[in-house]
Amino acid sequence: MQVETQWLKPQQPGRRVQQEPALLRWSLIAAAVAVISVLVIVPVVSILVQAFAKGWSVYWRSLADADTVHAIKLTLFVAPIAVIANVIFGIAAAWAVTRFRFPGRTLLTTIIDLPFAVSPVVAGLMITLLFSRRGYFGPWLLEHGIQILFSWPAIILATAFVTFPFVARELIPIMDALGSDEETAAVSLGASGWQMFWRVTVPNIKWGLLYGVILCSARAIGEFGAVYVVSGHIHGQTTTVPVRINQLYEDYNNAGAFTVASVLTLFALVTLGIKVVLERKTRQELEEAHSETT
Amino acid sequence: MSIANRRILPGFRLSLSFALTYLAVLILVPLAACFVKASTLTWTQFWTVVSTPRVRDAYVVTFGTSIMAAAADLVLGLLIAWVMVRYEFPLKRFFDSLIDLPFALPTAVAGLVYSALYAKNGWFGQYLFPLGIEAVNTRLAIVLVLTFIGLPFVVRTVEPVLESLEAELEEAAACLGATRWQTFTRVIFPPLVPALITGFALSVARGIGEYGSVIFVSGNKRFMAAFPDVKSTEIAPVLIVERLDAHEYAEATAVAVVLLLTSFVLLGVINHLERRSQRHAG
Repeated sequence: MQVETQWLKPQQPGRRVQQEPALLRWSLIAAAVAVISVLVIVPVVSILVQAFAKGWSVYWRSLADADTVHAIKLTLFVAPIAVIANVIFGIAAAWAVTRFRFPGRTLLTTIIDLPFAVSPVVAGLMITLLFSRRGYFGPWLLEHGIQILFSWPAIILATAFVTFPFVARELIPIMDALGSDEETAAVSLGASGWQMFWRVTVPNIKWGLLYGVILCSARAIGEFGAVYVVSGHIHGQTTTVPVRINQLYEDYNNAGAFTVASVLTLFALVTLGIKVVLERKTRQELEEAHSETT
Repeated sequence: MSIANRRILPGFRLSLSFALTYLAVLILVPLAACFVKASTLTWTQFWTVVSTPRVRDAYVVTFGTSIMAAAADLVLGLLIAWVMVRYEFPLKRFFDSLIDLPFALPTAVAGLVYSALYAKNGWFGQYLFPLGIEAVNTRLAIVLVLTFIGLPFVVRTVEPVLESLEAELEEAAACLGATRWQTFTRVIFPPLVPALITGFALSVARGIGEYGSVIFVSGNKRFMAAFPDVKSTEIAPVLIVERLDAHEYAEATAVAVVLLLTSFVLLGVINHLERRSQRHAG
């Protein structure tokens, strides 16, 4: 299930031998554009319109709401920790899988995809089963004064679970394609392991890595289902930004909900913009690798 | 491609042991907890939980809406992929990049805006309601928002295959007297089938687990035996959350295990198809 991260599209070939008649062609184009407009563009425009409908001052006032500010802070605390943990894992897993052969290697690559197949709510359920008062580890941890469920550690666990595959999925094909010749050369010439890593590996994969981080962050910030379950959604304490949107919506505060939603929407649009740039960079990265090996 | 010797490149033990530990702690232990919890139920208990009318109905809604949304994505996704790969038109790159928005936009935001757009006084709802099309608090609403969530899966799986098709085959077909439609159905379409199935399965898998967007648009109408005519809109994840809130952990787990196993089967199908298409390509 690597589609979400499969963005390395081959170069558009400049050939087109046969074309449909102009009328059919333009009808198809119009239909496709209509679908994208109805499903994607109008909703985005509508979020921004509704958020700013009552002007800037109302917008800022809804954003400055104490619970909303707390939710933003919590998200900005939780998401980076989950992303960093998954980046370290992604690099370690990609290094092990692409540079060495060992029994169970294919199995490991398959298991990395598992969280894609787990509903966020079910992920939340699993964490609850482990850490609730009547869970498997919960009673022992609570005896020792460690609260995980309904608190930020559970939110981090849930977020990390849901965004687990992104960085690894991104790096494995890139490191596979780059091959290990340069790294072998560095080590043969006397570089230490970390020197090789920082001076050869990281520069080679930097754009792909950055792309994985962006994708992972977008998901981490937007995660709702898993966080909703494990956080107990306590007002002003364990609500992240998406959960806050839900609270405002349930309180019939539509303007407030759209204000908070517009922040996440702008972030998603920036993510898409960065994605377009990084796609180009990574393609160059891979093409350079190809032209050197062939 | 060279896979280097463990004696040459460093870090084998460090990277593998870290990766496996992290994987075990974060993913495998929670998964195991889920199955251990489910195994505390006997088969009869398990069956009693997942076969109550309300749970059965929630499964029907979950799987039914996911499959319908994936089917819609199949048609719309093929259309978009075709247009993006084959034709040039103004602002093409702009439209192309927006296709990925469902990946980047938090699902809660999608649910919020869809519920507003299709509400009775919403931008689309004001025209649809007089026509009798109610796309809020109905199953149609769930299908619609899941179609949005799943759209990029089909487009992005089909595009690379469509791009890799050789023009020579189409030329040959045309030279041999095939009409454009015959060329499409006999030459272009068959190689796309595995990608279409993969995209469909990915979209279904995503739809089955989706929670954030659905709770905004569905109205969460539960099944009631007294009113069999009322189309319920309660999906299985909502039921899981409700069981959890009631501290009925074993029941919640039983409901979840069915979802989990369905998704794993879908994941298996997708992996199998991907591996097969890679073997064909390589």
